[in-house]
Order: sequence, then structure tokens, then C-alpha cells
Amino acid sequence: MKNAVGRELPERIGEYVVRPYQGAYAAVPSTEPVHTLRTAGKHVSGDKKILPDLAEAVRAVGLKDGMTVSFHHSFREGDEIIGQVLTAIREQGIKGLKFAPSAVVNIKNPSIVDFVKDGTIDRIEASGIRGELGDAVLSGLMEKPVILRTHGSRPRAIEAGELVIDVAFIGASAADEYGNATGQIGPNACGSLGYSFIDAASAAKVVVITDNLVDYPCNPVSISQQYVDYVVAVDRIGDPEKIGKGAARMTKNPRDLMIAERAADVMAASRLFRENFSFQTGAGAISIACTKYLAERMEQCGVKASFALGGMTAAIVEMYKKGLVRVLECSQSFDAVAARAIANEPGIVEIDNAVYSNPFSKGSMLDRLNFGVLAALEVDTDFNVNILTGSSGEMMGGLGGGPDVAAGADISIVCLPVVRGRTPSVTKRVFTCCTPGEAVACVVTEAGIALNPRHKQYQELKEDLEQAGLKLVTIEELQQIAESLTGVPKPIETTDRVVCVVEYRDGTVIDVIREIKRRDV
Amino acid sequence: MEIREPAMAGTLESSDCQIVLRPNPGRGIEIDLDSAVEAMFKDSILETVKQTLAEFAVTDASVEIRDRGALDCVIRARLQCAVCRGAKESYDWTKEDG
Repeated sequence: MKNAVGRELPERIGEYVVRPYQGAYAAVPSTEPVHTLRTAGKHVSGDKKILPDLAEAVRAVGLKDGMTVSFHHSFREGDEIIGQVLTAIREQGIKGLKFAPSAVVNIKNPSIVDFVKDGTIDRIEASGIRGELGDAVLSGLMEKPVILRTHGSRPRAIEAGELVIDVAFIGASAADEYGNATGQIGPNACGSLGYSFIDAASAAKVVVITDNLVDYPCNPVSISQQYVDYVVAVDRIGDPEKIGKGAARMTKNPRDLMIAERAADVMAASRLFRENFSFQTGAGAISIACTKYLAERMEQCGVKASFALGGMTAAIVEMYKKGLVRVLECSQSFDAVAARAIANEPGIVEIDNAVYSNPFSKGSMLDRLNFGVLAALEVDTDFNVNILTGSSGEMMGGLGGGPDVAAGADISIVCLPVVRGRTPSVTKRVFTCCTPGEAVACVVTEAGIALNPRHKQYQELKEDLEQAGLKLVTIEELQQIAESLTGVPKPIETTDRVVCVVEYRDGTVIDVIREIKRRDV
Repeated sequence: MEIREPAMAGTLESSDCQIVLRPNPGRGIEIDLDSAVEAMFKDSILETVKQTLAEFAVTDASVEIRDRGALDCVIRARLQCAVCRGAKESYDWTKEDG
């Protein structure tokens, strides 16, 4: 069968029943109460939650073969919690787990691939996979397909009972012995723990892991003691070099700067660029540069924003300090400056990822966004966006919140160069469709700005940009420019076997990724 | 042209390619390609190499290409340069005048 973006899908993939994507806003949630495994607990004065080590915690939570374990990704590539916990699990001979972290975690030594190969993990549900794990999955490592969900879809899936977490392991840069935990303070501060809120509230058992046990009560608190069963202190939760990376430096790549400035021009030209507007810019090189150009435009025009949303960077913190933005709503902190700012600034706040992005709640903040700036690997002439797979079909990233922001923001702006090396990024058909074109207002490249005629804001945005003297091109022109530079690439060959299911934020299937045919050596 | 001695052109920078050309008397054209974009452009790169060598009437050469995603015009230029160096002849710039 084909879904609404023309992708050919099987009706079932093993036990997974495919619900085809029908439109960016088509699906409706169930009217059932939300799902949780959280139970009542009983604690009396003098009870202790602290356990000597992870092995003891794995025993105490009653982890068994086939259960689901979850983690957050707020320590990014510096994470050492996942490796330590999975090692403790493996040592007890527990097999066939579902690994359900909040996002891509490309950990090494040990790698997740090791735990798949030895049978500790046999299913993965995440926002993306890449590196060694991504390559292995695409060459058929796993029997069951990896399910990829956006940031907004994960809490939706948990509350719909599609992702049922038995044990949540929550790493914290500071915690007390009774389970109050945070990422905001301590030597390994990672900032917002927004992704773990839903896990704490929905898992059957919750274990907090820290390398910085503080006096009771831990303050501030992100994850409250009322959800936490056990606390374990370990020597190290991660590599401070990688967790605490300073502010990302401004790119010097002239092409990226040009794209970033154009994206800021698009925002500044829009009639929605007015007092109390809102924006999300993200963390890529173009995004950070775009944030700086946006700040310049705001200063020039004397316009202030009500809020900035999502993953926070030093560049946005700087805007806050200049009084350009009233509130920074952080579901994630992308660098050390943003991580530490939450504890120090009253208007920089940690938010639950579900508040940020869940499409099936009583309101997510990204529905109130005026502008969302998004990165992409590929965009096609239907404005469909690929943020997962690279030119040779390799896994390059995660869905993140991109599809959520595109659907929520009034004007979603996809920024990318028309070619990267010899790889065209504006194509006739993206290899993997992650964000439907319907939700994309505008594509900004070094070769021009293309507006999507099918987008709800098209007429207004076209008028505004023309009035501001910004030159517009068609998406087809961009595709032809790309092709004229690179030549026509040969399509990637795949087998029929589905290795990844790409879910849209509402839980329908927008695309699948099939096993890549190995090249002749 | 006859490739008289080993010659090299290009770099291993992203979007460039490094070409090493060696004499290969009596054994025709042999191409060893390693490309970052092999899945998409292997055939196209091989075609460009054969065509460019034919333009210089090179019949025997071993060609080693380490491609980092160079555009077709870059591959062509690097190979033209390697051919002239290997043949110890100057490039005929009048060809560009047309």
C-alpha cells in the first residue's frame, strides 16, 4: 500500500502493524486514559533508596528477559551511563531487552552493537541511530525493525501504550539519596532533563544514577523523589569533556553563513516578525549562525521575542541576556553555557519534552511557534525532508524534533546547501521521507529561497518576501542547479527487508528504510 | 600521449580527488577507484576517466583515484594535469579557446 506521501509500505513488518501516514494533521488520538506502568509506592521514615551499585539496582527492579529499558540522551556523546547499565544487565544474563532511549546515542566502548550481538538487546526504539549501530542495522544486524520516533512522538507513544517502559534509568549530574535529581548543577551538568519526565512518570520502576550525590534535598529538582525507586552513585556518569562542551563556535563557512543570513532575512521579512514573536532555531552550524543574524535583525528593528523553544544554545542565552527574548523554554541544552543558564536565570526554564512537542496532549509549546528553523540532509521537489539517511543510504542522524517543529510552527524554514561535496541535497525524491512537504513553508539555500505553494502560509509569506525584495526561485530550479553540478546519481539499491520504521509524530508510518544492498567489492 | 613517469595531481581534501598515474606499457588502462560517492557516481567517474584519457590519446596507464566527492569538472581537471605531468608535456591551453 501507499501512504499520503507516496511511499510504498508493507501492511505488516513482522508483528508491527503498519498504519499508513494520511496527512500532517489527519490522525486523531484515542479517547482512552493515558497508559502508564507507574504504581503507588509506600515509604516510611527511615527507608533508604540508595543501592551500592548498578548490579544491585538491576536485581532490585526485577529486570527480566524481554523487558523495556529507557535512558535519556542529555549527556549526548559523553554518556557513560548506558554502557555501564547495559554491562550490569548483561552480567546477570538478562536477554532480549527492548532498548528505548529518548534519542540517538552513539556510544562507544562498549557500543550498542555489542549488546545486540550478544542478545542483551533485540529491539530498539529511538529517535535515530547512527555511527556503528546505524551502519550495522542497515546491513541487517537486527531481526526486528528499529522504530524511529520524533521527540514529540515518544511521549505520545508512551501515553498510547505503544512504548511501555519497564525500567527507566535516569542519569543526573546531581541527586540526593532519596531520588531528587537534576542535570542543572554539578561538575557534569547537562542542563535540561526534559526527555526523562515522561519516563519518570510512566515507567514501572525508576532508577536515578549520579556521580554527584548531594545533601538532601537536592535543589533544584528536575526529577522528583515521588517517582524514583532507587538511587545509585557511580564513579562517572560520563566524559566531562564531551558533556560540558562549551559554546559552539560560529561557523566560518561562507556558504553556511550566507544560508543562515538568508533564513534570518526570511523571518525578518515576515509579518509575523513583530513584538512578542517566538522562534526555535536548533543547534547545527547554520542554525547557530542564523540565531546570531536573527538577533541582529531584532536589535535593528527593536523587536523582542516572547520565547525561544527546544534545544538551547549559548547564542540564544546571549539573546536572553540582551533582553531580546523573555523566556527560554529548554527541553534540551546543547552546550555548557545553555546547560548552566537554567539554574542561574529566572527566565531560562527546563521544560518537559512532552510539553515541548507531544502532538496528542492538551497543547504543546511548538504549536505556539511563529518560526522554526530546521536542518536537513535532503529535501525534494515535493518539499519532503530527509533528516535520517545520507547519500549512500547510511544512517546520519535522528528525527529529533524536526517533524514536530515543522508541523507546529507557523513558518518552518528548512536550511541546507543545494549540494554537499558531490551529493545533491535538493533532489527529485528524498531517500527517506521524515517530514512531509505539507508542513514545510520554505527552503533556504545558497542558490535561492523556494516557497512551498502547498503550505498554508504561502500567499502571505510570498507577499512579505517580495515586498522585502528577496528573490524567490522554485524548488524545481534548485533541484536542477544541484543536478547540473553533481550529475545524476544512481539510486541506492535496497532489498525488500525493512530495517527501520519511520513513524510520523502521530504514530502512522511515513516511510520505511530497507536493508541496503551491499556493493560488490 | 605516453605516460613516461609516475605523476600525481590533486589532494585528499573534501570535494577534491587525488590522482596517481603510472606507466602501464602494453597493459591498457587500469583504474583503481576509491570514492566517497561510489554508490552514486562510480560509473560516471569511470566514464570521465576513460573519456579524458582518450582525449589525450593515452592508451596505457594505471590510474589510482582517491575521490573525496569531487565534482566531475574537478576530476577531469586533476586527471588532465596528471596526464601532462606524466607525459612531461605542457597542457595545450589553446584547447580552451573555442
